Amino acid sequence: MISRREFIQAGFAASALLGASGHGRWGRLAAQQALSQDQLLEFRDFGNVTLIHVTDIHAQMKPVWFREPSVNLGVGEARGQPPHLTGRAFLDHFGIAPGSPGAYAMSSEDFAALARGYGRMGGLDRVATVVKAIRAARPGAILLDGGDTWHGSWTALQTRGRDMVEAMNLLGVEAMTSHWEWTYGAGRVEEIVAGLPFPFLGANIFDAEWDEPAFDAWTMFERGGTAVAVIGQAFPYMPIANPGWMFPDYSFGIRQERMQAVVDEARAAGAGLVVCLSHNGFDTDRKMAAQVAGIDVILSGHTHDAIPEPVQVGNTILIASGSNGKFVSRVDLEVQDGRMTGYRHKLIPVFADAIAPDGEMAELIAAQRAPYEAELAEVLGQTESLLYRRGNFNGTWDDVICDAIRAERDVEIALSPGVRWGPTLLPGDPVTFEDLLNATSMTYGRCYRSEMTGRQLKLVMEDVADNIFNADPYYQQGGDMVRVGGLSYEIDISAPMGERIGKLALTDTGAALEPDRSYTVGGWASVSQDTEGPQIWDVVADHIRGLGTIRREPSDTVTVTGA
Amino acid sequence: MELTRRNTLALGIGGLALAALPAAAAAALEEAMAAFTGGAQPAEGGGLILTAPEIAENGNTVPVSVSAPGAEAIALFAAGNPEPEVATFTFGPAAGSQSASTRIRLAQTQDVHAIARMADGSFVQTRAVVKVTIGGCGG
Repeated sequence: MISRREFIQAGFAASALLGASGHGRWGRLAAQQALSQDQLLEFRDFGNVTLIHVTDIHAQMKPVWFREPSVNLGVGEARGQPPHLTGRAFLDHFGIAPGSPGAYAMSSEDFAALARGYGRMGGLDRVATVVKAIRAARPGAILLDGGDTWHGSWTALQTRGRDMVEAMNLLGVEAMTSHWEWTYGAGRVEEIVAGLPFPFLGANIFDAEWDEPAFDAWTMFERGGTAVAVIGQAFPYMPIANPGWMFPDYSFGIRQERMQAVVDEARAAGAGLVVCLSHNGFDTDRKMAAQVAGIDVILSGHTHDAIPEPVQVGNTILIASGSNGKFVSRVDLEVQDGRMTGYRHKLIPVFADAIAPDGEMAELIAAQRAPYEAELAEVLGQTESLLYRRGNFNGTWDDVICDAIRAERDVEIALSPGVRWGPTLLPGDPVTFEDLLNATSMTYGRCYRSEMTGRQLKLVMEDVADNIFNADPYYQQGGDMVRVGGLSYEIDISAPMGERIGKLALTDTGAALEPDRSYTVGGWASVSQDTEGPQIWDVVADHIRGLGTIRREPSDTVTVTGA
Repeated sequence: MELTRRNTLALGIGGLALAALPAAAAAALEEAMAAFTGGAQPAEGGGLILTAPEIAENGNTVPVSVSAPGAEAIALFAAGNPEPEVATFTFGPAAGSQSASTRIRLAQTQDVHAIARMADGSFVQTRAVVKVTIGGCGG
């Protein structure tokens, strides 16, 4: 049993200095004074093993605004449990003061005002400072990357991941697992992995033809007199949620029995501590922790959740480290006689204005971006509204993209994927080509124009809804509900598959969708190999240039019940 | 793009509907299982392990394996296929292990059932849901 459990509130003690006005009325200077690098990094060393976890950076090398979701519903046993707490409920659950740095970093309340006070978060040069500081205190600390690292920006797309690979090598990553990495194609993954100075782990990555393991499942570190096994678990639903034709020779899946076998193998090889570096998503990891015996720590990725304290399932602790470089998790562990006997954890918020950039990393970032700076900096327009994506249903950024598809492709209905990446823009911000690409860049971004019947549209939406709201987390794929433009609907998230979606109607006329009528539909991120059309970012860029100024308040086209 | 049903549903977000098992199919499944058990009612679970993916990567070829130490035979059924019988594996006295792997085609989301006939003539059964879906939205 874990005898000692400590929770440090992520440097967020600063909240007391600010009081709880909750409305962001203080000036930027006051907010900045409340944050210091020393305070953010403060940590009383503990135990004999230290893990450093970053995940889902999505190629964001520069600091970003990133609004956490205001809607993140859990179903089944996860209902009302972290990470399915948002807004005030989240703050109350963790005792975080409204308006505090923690509220800004981890929730959506009053986001725009707090963002102006506390500034951007992340930036790999700041992350490098944090990692170096931890290593200075704990020279044996193990840095682990949960994947979704090489994808998510124009420079990553143009260099096919090279910019991020070089940055993560400089950061000193010691093992990683994967998801969007595969969307560069199997050949590119194999090429990069051949040159990586650390293992690319995936216990659940198999050769599709022979059904045999295709990559290293785990690796062992000797630290603090302890053998630490790190097992990788790649995103299980790779060929289903992303285009399988890009990596036809590989099979994924949860493969729970395989995970148990690998844990047993690592224990038999002398591991005193077993860590799973996972891209399962949090709910799936919570179930896996209960089903697989012998995992001490799951470093959870994929669903982009930032949870300020570990979630304990039996003798396993789950660590959720957010996304986009906003956080670095430090986990100190006491391991004795082959058992984890205690831990201390901190979700370190990377406030870009408080943490000094590391010179070496800043230089690398500048060099990687230099060839693309001119196109990245192009201002397409301005926004008067907060543009965000993250949340179970349409965000305003998605609405802008759907509006663009409907206008530029002349369709009645627009569909946009419910991915969880894509940073935020504040009211008054210019919208640059870089900002747009941070929300749209991918290797299968063509914007199709097609026709679907009302019946087909309902089938599609029911299917996606089940991938998110199936009560069994092993049937969830992560991600959020497909975003729709020109269409309104009701959803009962607790209903069984096929019965969740109702009252589909066109927003322009209010007319109910007819099952047998064909509708013109535009969308992007098709997993079909033969998708045709312009790249989505060209479609949206044209639209924004035409608008000049974006005004897009949150839409009210989705009615949710059963939560 | 040619507008086939498959293409339409694969447009980044697509999928297939889960249809409730029609009465005729349910009867066919019961009949097939009864033919294997001779009408005996199998016990649940114990000693029979069925391993199948939660969500099929390709419904045309879904890897499935079964294992039941001490079994004489294990039968596999796909409840939602037009013909529910998939395979029956028979283990002789010299068999080193009572396990088998195969790949099956699943027309739609459905339960895969396994029944093992043990050496004492008793039967045990288990099942797993395999979801057949096209497309999704990776986070």
